[in-house]
Amino acid sequence: MQWETVIGLEVHTQLTTQSKIFSGASTAFGAEPNTQACQVDIALPGVLPVLNKGAVERAIRFGLAIGARLNRINVFDRKNYFYPDLPKGYQISQFTLPIVEGGALTIQVGDEEKTVRITRAHLEEDAGKSLHEDFHGLTGIDLNRAGTPLLEIVSEPDMRSAKEAVAYAKALHTLVTWIGTCDGNLQEGSFRCDANVSVRRPGGPLGTRREIKNLNSFRFLEQAIDYEIRWQIGEIEDGRAIQQATVLFDPDSGETRMMRTKEDAHDYRYFPDPDLLPVKLEEDWIERVRASLPELPQARQTRYRTEFGLSAYDAATLTSSRTLSDYFETVTAALPKADAKLAANWVMGELSAALNRAEIDIATSPIGANRLARLLGRLQDGTLSGKLAKQVFEAMWTEGGEPDAIIEAQGLKQMSDSGEVERIIDTVLAANQKSVEEFRAGKDKAFNALVGQVMKATKGKANPAQVNDLLRAKLAG
Amino acid sequence: MSLSIDDVNRIAHLARIRVSGDEAVQYQGQLNGIFDLIAQMQAVDTAGVAPMAHARDLFQRLRADVVTEPNRREAFQSVAPQVADGLYLVPKVIE
Repeated sequence: MQWETVIGLEVHTQLTTQSKIFSGASTAFGAEPNTQACQVDIALPGVLPVLNKGAVERAIRFGLAIGARLNRINVFDRKNYFYPDLPKGYQISQFTLPIVEGGALTIQVGDEEKTVRITRAHLEEDAGKSLHEDFHGLTGIDLNRAGTPLLEIVSEPDMRSAKEAVAYAKALHTLVTWIGTCDGNLQEGSFRCDANVSVRRPGGPLGTRREIKNLNSFRFLEQAIDYEIRWQIGEIEDGRAIQQATVLFDPDSGETRMMRTKEDAHDYRYFPDPDLLPVKLEEDWIERVRASLPELPQARQTRYRTEFGLSAYDAATLTSSRTLSDYFETVTAALPKADAKLAANWVMGELSAALNRAEIDIATSPIGANRLARLLGRLQDGTLSGKLAKQVFEAMWTEGGEPDAIIEAQGLKQMSDSGEVERIIDTVLAANQKSVEEFRAGKDKAFNALVGQVMKATKGKANPAQVNDLLRAKLAG
Repeated sequence: MSLSIDDVNRIAHLARIRVSGDEAVQYQGQLNGIFDLIAQMQAVDTAGVAPMAHARDLFQRLRADVVTEPNRREAFQSVAPQVADGLYLVPKVIE
């Protein structure tokens, strides 16, 4: 029986402000408990919230980046629920008039491009943190996180598989870090996903959804959705109806489990917060923010394909983060001969592999973009073969230093004197008569063996193409 | 619109208030009285009137994104009923 999966995501992105959304307390991560929770954050009686301009500006930035409508007048509401890490008894959020509505994000799934529509993005405050262990039956409350500004980004139910949901989450992660509204740190909870999942007959009416809460890694997002899809299909095929519910994903068991059903769902009793006036976005402010936006990942991808002739896959990989993309552009611009494909191959190949092995981010790469470009320049002018260039790269990586100095010190210059190469070929041919016979008898493998011998005799410093040509000429003659 | 006894009991459950059978009947009458008032207000013709988010016809003033609050944990926690390791302690709540 055929089923279609329908997924929508709600992503909480923590904004990169210095201070909280409604108070002047710091948002820095990792402080001692409650040392960054001021009277507004702990909700002492009589305090009033004052909105942070930096938070509003980041929301505008995001809205412009996804081509959304910015509500020139938007309103903060109270979302009421009881929990000890929410000292006011309500969260200040935006309900009827959020700051951002509409817009879309383009995602790449395999070879296909797909557009995911965004419903809305609204500003709100984060809650504190509950620690349930170690306090003899009591719960410890840390309110440092209370009041941290969040932009909650809600998508339309446009995704049809866990893979698409992950592609969307990654594209969103790339975008918010690219434009600097969120640091994207998943471990610190700066980027948290909730997934709404349902299944239906293809083309049929929407099924009942269950919401998986608080997924803070792309791997868990994929695992949780895949498990949830299998579970829902199993339930329906066994004749049971899906109940609307909120579930949690347990990474240890790989399963989702029920947190609450719709029956016990909170009635949040939203209403406009009388402590905050409506927010007005002036046109000149919006235009200043627009002017400060960098070239966006999607635009760069298109440019890499049309201007540089890179494949869709390469273009997407190189724009997966702004630091990677900027690095690639610096290398490309610094090459003596324009060759974006060469730069792309080395950045995505040798460099990325070395960074992955050492588990370092490209932002702190021991080999800077200009130094890599100088190495590639030596490849372009024929000083180095591909193989020698990799050796020089290794030396640059482990010991540091300039490519030219390393080439000089280690004698890695490619042999360009054809006379010398010919002399070595003659020696090799004389010493390998058997291979010569075999080649003349039609065994192509023997030719490769001879090339290998020559390269070995030159300690890899001969130009392989030159060796090929000279060897063929000699064997033919 | 009027509320049934079931509605009243459900609201009481959501508000975490324990309500006896007699009280539920009493509250049903009082709450329905409020709904009558709302019905009276809804009878007013508001076509063409923009909804108000606030009683004052003003816009929010914004604060610069600057850290201005020092750490005053000690003072705040001196009036808390129970603290440990810098945390406020409360009865255990787990969903």
